[in-house]
Amino acid sequence: MKSLKAAVIVFPGSNCDRDVAVALEAAMGHAPLMVWHRETELPPVDLVVVPGGFSYGDYLRCGAMAAQSPVMREVRARSASGTPVLGICNGFQILTETGLLPGALIRNAGLKFICKDVFLTVETADSPFTRAYTAGEVVRFPIAHAEGNYFADQETLDRLEGDGRVAFRYATPDGAVTEAANPNGSARNIAGIFNETRRVLGLMPHPERLADPLLGGEDGKPMFHGLVEALS
Amino acid sequence: MSKTETTITPEVIRAHGLTDSEYQLVLSIMGRAPNLTELGIFSVMWSEHCSYKSSKKWLKTLPTTAPWVICGPGENAGVIDIGDGQAAIFKMESHNHPSYIEPYQGAATGVGGILRDVFTMGARPVANLNALRFGEPDHPKTRHLVSGVVAGIGGYGNCVGVPTVGGETNFHASYNGNILVNAMTVGVANTDRIFYSAAAGVGNPVVYVGSKTGRDGIHGATMASAEFSEDSEEKRPTVQVGDPFTEKLLIEACLEMMATDSIVAIQDMGAAGLTSSSFEMASKGGLGIAMDLDAVPQRERGMTPYEIMLSESQERMLMVLKPGHEDKARAIFEKWELDFAVIGHLTDTGRMVLTHKGAVVADLPIDPLAKASPEYDRPWVAGVKRPVIAAEEVPAFPVINALKTLLSCPDLASKRWIYQQYDHMVMNDTVGRPGGDAGVVRVHGTAKALAMTTDCTPRYCLADPHEGGRQAVAEAYRNLSAVGARPLAVTDNLNFGNPEKPEIMGQIVEAIQGMGEACKSLAFPVVSGNVSLYNETNGVAILPTPAIGAVGLIDDVTRTASVPFKDAGDSIILLGETKGWLGCSLYLRELCGREDGAPPPVALHREKREGEFVRQMIAQGTVTAVHDLSDGGLLVAVAEMAMASGLGATIRGQKNLPAHAWYFGEDQGRYLLTARPDQATMILEAAQRAAISARVIGVTGGDALTVESEGAISVAELTHLNEGWLPDYMAATDANA
Repeated sequence: MKSLKAAVIVFPGSNCDRDVAVALEAAMGHAPLMVWHRETELPPVDLVVVPGGFSYGDYLRCGAMAAQSPVMREVRARSASGTPVLGICNGFQILTETGLLPGALIRNAGLKFICKDVFLTVETADSPFTRAYTAGEVVRFPIAHAEGNYFADQETLDRLEGDGRVAFRYATPDGAVTEAANPNGSARNIAGIFNETRRVLGLMPHPERLADPLLGGEDGKPMFHGLVEALS
Repeated sequence: MSKTETTITPEVIRAHGLTDSEYQLVLSIMGRAPNLTELGIFSVMWSEHCSYKSSKKWLKTLPTTAPWVICGPGENAGVIDIGDGQAAIFKMESHNHPSYIEPYQGAATGVGGILRDVFTMGARPVANLNALRFGEPDHPKTRHLVSGVVAGIGGYGNCVGVPTVGGETNFHASYNGNILVNAMTVGVANTDRIFYSAAAGVGNPVVYVGSKTGRDGIHGATMASAEFSEDSEEKRPTVQVGDPFTEKLLIEACLEMMATDSIVAIQDMGAAGLTSSSFEMASKGGLGIAMDLDAVPQRERGMTPYEIMLSESQERMLMVLKPGHEDKARAIFEKWELDFAVIGHLTDTGRMVLTHKGAVVADLPIDPLAKASPEYDRPWVAGVKRPVIAAEEVPAFPVINALKTLLSCPDLASKRWIYQQYDHMVMNDTVGRPGGDAGVVRVHGTAKALAMTTDCTPRYCLADPHEGGRQAVAEAYRNLSAVGARPLAVTDNLNFGNPEKPEIMGQIVEAIQGMGEACKSLAFPVVSGNVSLYNETNGVAILPTPAIGAVGLIDDVTRTASVPFKDAGDSIILLGETKGWLGCSLYLRELCGREDGAPPPVALHREKREGEFVRQMIAQGTVTAVHDLSDGGLLVAVAEMAMASGLGATIRGQKNLPAHAWYFGEDQGRYLLTARPDQATMILEAAQRAAISARVIGVTGGDALTVESEGAISVAELTHLNEGWLPDYMAATDANA
């Protein structure tokens, strides 16, 4: 088994870069590469992670400036050639701004920043990101965002559903997808989506924040272990 | 000297907050009349905020040393040894006046300022806390202030990526016109990489980094040293504007820079901006500085020397570098897209000489300004002791109804609405989240953790500042012990009214004396702090609020304790003595509408013994949950443990006491522990050996809180009441809005 190489992209204002690096290292057995946003080339890697935070202070529009960074051209190219890309929170926003994923993340319906644990249904296990879960499983991940309200036109939403590209939905602890369980007003309770090939995942909740029992849970761990199994 | 000078008239002197005698001192130090720039510099350096001129005499009496204290008060923040070559660096600071005038930016820049105090010393900030006091909920401004302050703290802390893990929020009419926003930051550094502010090396370059200087916040320090009046809101232009994104870059750039060997000294530009940072660095090093103000990066055109020196623009730092290291340093700051400018050099003159457009615009002796600032022994009178109120004099309401009232009162209602707006998990080391007795943050990459809390009970401090000062320290000690942390040191944020009034000065003196006694007795030294005076509007002072921030160490992060009940059938043990003290209690205030009586006394010798005992039980793993008793007393604490777990309990009465005194008395020095019944027996025996009062008062289980002979209430209903108040209050619209 070859050893997995992962890259974490660091923008000015990224602040979950270390967190996801720790979770990756726990799964991979070695540290990922930290890649500064001004790089124009990525070394050969099996996985690219766009971490959470406030790239460029979320000024202008969340993720909009980071999407124009030199390194994102390279991330787009790698994605086109099949390298899996994982965007968490601000990383998800950047991936929609980059066009790697459809739709947009707009202001939370409650207009406030929310930091708390939420429950999600895993919609499919058929992807390198979710293969260590089972479809229909309920997991607990934290959210921490002010702009996590997933928005897309009906046609796009229908296509995402039809193609099985909804990765996670906000749900009750019992797995019921209800309005009350939707923390931010996301269309159809969508918390995370795939691209057409399911080689790109963007999600607002933070799997890396509950991947260590000392922090209160390990539901995020299978995502990183699954990636290692799938890509090694 | 510049030719077009404003004439220094008595009005100009007064407008700068200097008294006649202070101006006479200025004249004798200068040997001539100062120009406007120089007067402005004196004004901010001698403001209460920067000089501590009213409180210095008393602050000196606080204990500040212990074997684990690396650096006590006087630097940007306090430094304590946490073993393995690591140090915790922390401080709490107020941003009260700006937050009242412009709540979002006032609170945001408060967080920014305290973060800089900590990373200036070489620490990566790992946690924020905040102690907030607002006016009564019915006051027309309160809702707007809560909303703005919370959004501002979140907006700044969330963006810089430092978790906000704890704090406290009170409401009281005395804060209607003077809210308190006290922000605390805790950081971690290596003990061999701690940076101080004393300048050294004649000729060494003085370097400015961070944001550009604008006209914002000019005279903030002077504003923070005056009473408010009806027209205070016109002072809005003196409030600074924060840019957390730049702060994040500044943290990363400074820490990258600190990993090199280029820095001789470093100081953030806080209150009084470039003036206080440059004077402090020079004064501590016994040197002079020659500074070219044209080299200061400026955001606006045509700024005068006065404006450049007094600006409180945020996210700026001043450094002294080793000679020849400028290029290496510049490259780091350019990588992070921050301004970098060599603006002067150190001299051996002991003077601050400022040039602007080729002319000397100020020439001031440094030490007389920085060290010989006025120090007052202001007259003070001791407060009148209040009578002790016997429980029999206090009306006894049905216990379950009283509990419902208390759990939904503003001070005890859940603060989830607030802390959910703060990212309390970023950095992935938050082991104890908000809502517990103390925030617990793992020291990254180690098996140890820091515990941290902020505490003060202002109504006790008003009733008896001495006892209130002791209580604030003791409660912090208890909250740290309750999570299994060894309490190490304290930062204090002293918020009071106008010290020129003898009765207010009396509160300051007595509270400091009380704090000092407790700190000494508990081996819990004060290592940093901040004083905020003149918290008065139209002559009415706030409740005396000496907020205590405290840090403790947990050696093994897996050996900590938390508030929720864990299992049905656990015994609930009450540690400490209960006499049923209702004077000054929340029961008295919320149910009887009375704020009188003496506050409960603190027995410091017992506090220490009990704290050690609780920590020992946690370290041995014999307890399943721990909670300290504070506002609202025993039954409120039981209810909080039940609500945190969703698990009920049955609690027994106490024959020798009236029910309301037993359940709601606020006797100090008490904890609730839960344990499996077999372990409970062992705990009681151990307590007896340690001469600590302990007894089983009930058992966990079911989905209701059942109180012997008083009735029962479901945990779900308690939770509904406790969680409901703040969101409902914030969702309602102001009649005057």
